Amino acid sequence: METTVQTNAKELWSGGDSPFKVSYGKIMMWYFLISDTFSFAGLLISYGAIRLSQPAHNPEIANSWPDPNEVFAAVPFVHGHYPLVFVTFMTFTLILSSVTMVRAVQEGHNMNRSGVLFWLSLTILGGLTFVGSQAFEWSHLIHEGMTLKGNPFGAAGFGQLFFLITGFHGFHVSIGVLLNSWAFLMTFFGAFHRRGHYEMIEKLGLYWHFVDLVWVFVFLAFYLL
Amino acid sequence: MSQETTIRENLETHIDEHAHDHGHDHHDHHQSFISKYIFSTDHKVIAKQFLITGIIWAIVGGGLSVLFRIQLGYPDADLNWMRPFLGKWITPEGHIAPEFYNALITMHGTILVFFVLTAGLSGTFSNYLIPLMVGARDMASGFINMLSYWFFFLSSVVMAASFFLATGPASGGWTAYPPLNALPQAATGSVLGVDYWLLSIVLFIVSVLLGGLNYITTVINLRTRGMKMFRLPLPIWAFFLTAVIGLLSFPVLLSAGVLMLFDRNLGTSFYLDQIYIGGEALANAGGSPILYQHLFWFLGHPEVYIIILPAMGIVSEVLSVHSRKPIFGYTAMVYSLLAITVLSFIVWAHHMFVTGMNPFIGSIFVIFTLIIAVPSAVKVFNWLTTLWRGNIKLNPAMLFAIGFVSLFISGGVTGIFLGNSSIDVELHDTYFVVAHFHLVMGVAAFFGMFAGVYHWFPKMFGRHLNSTLGYIHFWGTIICAYLIFYPMHFEYMLPRRYPTHAGFDTFGMFAQLNEFITIAAIASFAFQLMFVFNFFYSIWYGRKLRVQNPYHANTLEWTTPIRPGHGNWDGEIPTVYRWAYDYSKHGRDFIPQTEPLSAYELEHGEHGDESDSDIIQHEKHNG
Repeated sequence: METTVQTNAKELWSGGDSPFKVSYGKIMMWYFLISDTFSFAGLLISYGAIRLSQPAHNPEIANSWPDPNEVFAAVPFVHGHYPLVFVTFMTFTLILSSVTMVRAVQEGHNMNRSGVLFWLSLTILGGLTFVGSQAFEWSHLIHEGMTLKGNPFGAAGFGQLFFLITGFHGFHVSIGVLLNSWAFLMTFFGAFHRRGHYEMIEKLGLYWHFVDLVWVFVFLAFYLL
Repeated sequence: MSQETTIRENLETHIDEHAHDHGHDHHDHHQSFISKYIFSTDHKVIAKQFLITGIIWAIVGGGLSVLFRIQLGYPDADLNWMRPFLGKWITPEGHIAPEFYNALITMHGTILVFFVLTAGLSGTFSNYLIPLMVGARDMASGFINMLSYWFFFLSSVVMAASFFLATGPASGGWTAYPPLNALPQAATGSVLGVDYWLLSIVLFIVSVLLGGLNYITTVINLRTRGMKMFRLPLPIWAFFLTAVIGLLSFPVLLSAGVLMLFDRNLGTSFYLDQIYIGGEALANAGGSPILYQHLFWFLGHPEVYIIILPAMGIVSEVLSVHSRKPIFGYTAMVYSLLAITVLSFIVWAHHMFVTGMNPFIGSIFVIFTLIIAVPSAVKVFNWLTTLWRGNIKLNPAMLFAIGFVSLFISGGVTGIFLGNSSIDVELHDTYFVVAHFHLVMGVAAFFGMFAGVYHWFPKMFGRHLNSTLGYIHFWGTIICAYLIFYPMHFEYMLPRRYPTHAGFDTFGMFAQLNEFITIAAIASFAFQLMFVFNFFYSIWYGRKLRVQNPYHANTLEWTTPIRPGHGNWDGEIPTVYRWAYDYSKHGRDFIPQTEPLSAYELEHGEHGDESDSDIIQHEKHNG
């Protein structure tokens, strides 16, 4: 293919070239993420609609919306009431894993295989820690009686929406961990190095940051508001 | 995903090798039957897979409508002869069981909306035309494209399997509203049928997503040199925007479906509140069935534009080519497509005027709904002005394109009635609505699809469809379509989804009208079967296409070999120098997009000092 050097912004759209100067794979990932934003938006809007139709938090009313400080107060291996401490740790881990992902992408640009392996393994570790913490939190809440059918802290809808939406998010994180592990193996066996670029790490990075970003909204909905 | 990159790279190297020893178009000679026709990554083969699967579903979906029209037209007839096929769904008195009637209309809607007019229309023509018209070897990712078809296939298998459930397929309407569809004990079709329905739709959403990612990316990244966005043929604009709509609206249906699956199977109450059913009060509390309607129609309304935009694009191209005139108002056509795309997302609640929503909110949706009539009317006037004083070739493709415009106007006019909430309160859920949407997005989209099939069949299969059967098909279909849906407007007080109206004295006056409509529906179905025969017969025995460009069209697909191989062009991909609609310009019948502008020629949309006549004089002078 002819690679004509085009500097004029107007010429970028004139065909024969990528107007955004990115590969088809990255464009696909971007559009997929926009699309996935809408599935999360659908769920979070459902959360808003159901929450607003029910009484706000009020200790006098049995089925009012629960107070997150009461629901999320447990920390593993520690006795006592520590509201939102554990979820802060989870959120911190996930955001830190985004930082390590950025480093992995950067090492990929430098074609530094061992650097990619190092930072990618930390990212995978962060993801696993997050999913593991979520599993702990779920089992603890189920133990306390919050299930899809009942909720001792207040409105049953809180528990249902919590398990559905954090589950949907946790599913995304798990997929991300699997994809990152696959990319780790590909890097380990030098597949990307032979290909001459580490763009796959970049695409997975986009996905990983997206999953992080969505967590901010999920976190906001269930733990803060 | 590495695999897909590898395939893509292999494809490119493969094509490059052949580009060097040009003259060979046997790119597929190493391929086995399975990799060539079944798990193919060639966009042209995938398009044909979508088309043929769509045709099969159209026969099923149309067949179902014949069954329930028989019930509506002849409520007293003895249908015991259907017992060998339908078994217990025929009551001992020889009528169609009411539960089965509901299943028939539900499946008719689902199949036609999703499997035929989304997958069969957009899946076929986006796949087939985008790479050929923008000048690309294939879709951005052939592998993901193949997955798109196979997810559609899986979705089809699940939906087809639901017909054989003992309790029958989903029967709560194609919109699957809760609580009827959220409670297994609410209806026979809801016992298991709705689970199959939801699973099938989830798989279908994955298919739409994978397809749409490819369509968008291909249009953005893989246009050939010189193919500016405003030189794209109109079908490509339509397919591009259709994919954008699909990508933004289908995920919301995914969310809605997941919530419904939870309600059905895991005891949640997202959509359920204070239900008393079969003498039993359910524990579910706190949900809202209206929430589902909002989520559903946030997809559901854009969905009708997902159906109609590709048809609009195809019709624009066909009308222009066979009128031998440039499309009138190309830029206005593009901007009206864009306007429809944006507006399609902010009108959904006009399906919900009678849910008890705040009338003020309703009035906002009325305004947006009526505004959509503006870009739609722009398009209609541009089609009519394209025809105006054209050198019209009335072949079957052109007839179907003109038929599309007719149906779109007839159905669109009643849309203006229904878009007003005050009138909709009266007309909601009546046959007036049925008539409206069948004309404007059902039959019209089918006409767009037929126009496309007749127009591009020679490119797809290297043979022509039989024109005589094509003319019979067109006249039969358009006459029957109007005979079915025009009188249906008179049934503006007859409620939809009732298996019989026998219990109501008021509706007795519609008995003969219903019989008339049923006869027209059966005749219409027969004409479609004739088309199906023509289609399959012509694939193998049709008149062979002997010229590269049978319609003297400008677009790039006609610069490929008569039977293009995987990779589309034997040599280099052509470069584009002009828009797609230079018909009857400067005394020439057509000027292909690959022809450079002559020295004194102005491109479409450019304004120069010279007047047109000067240029003609100059061209004549130069011979």
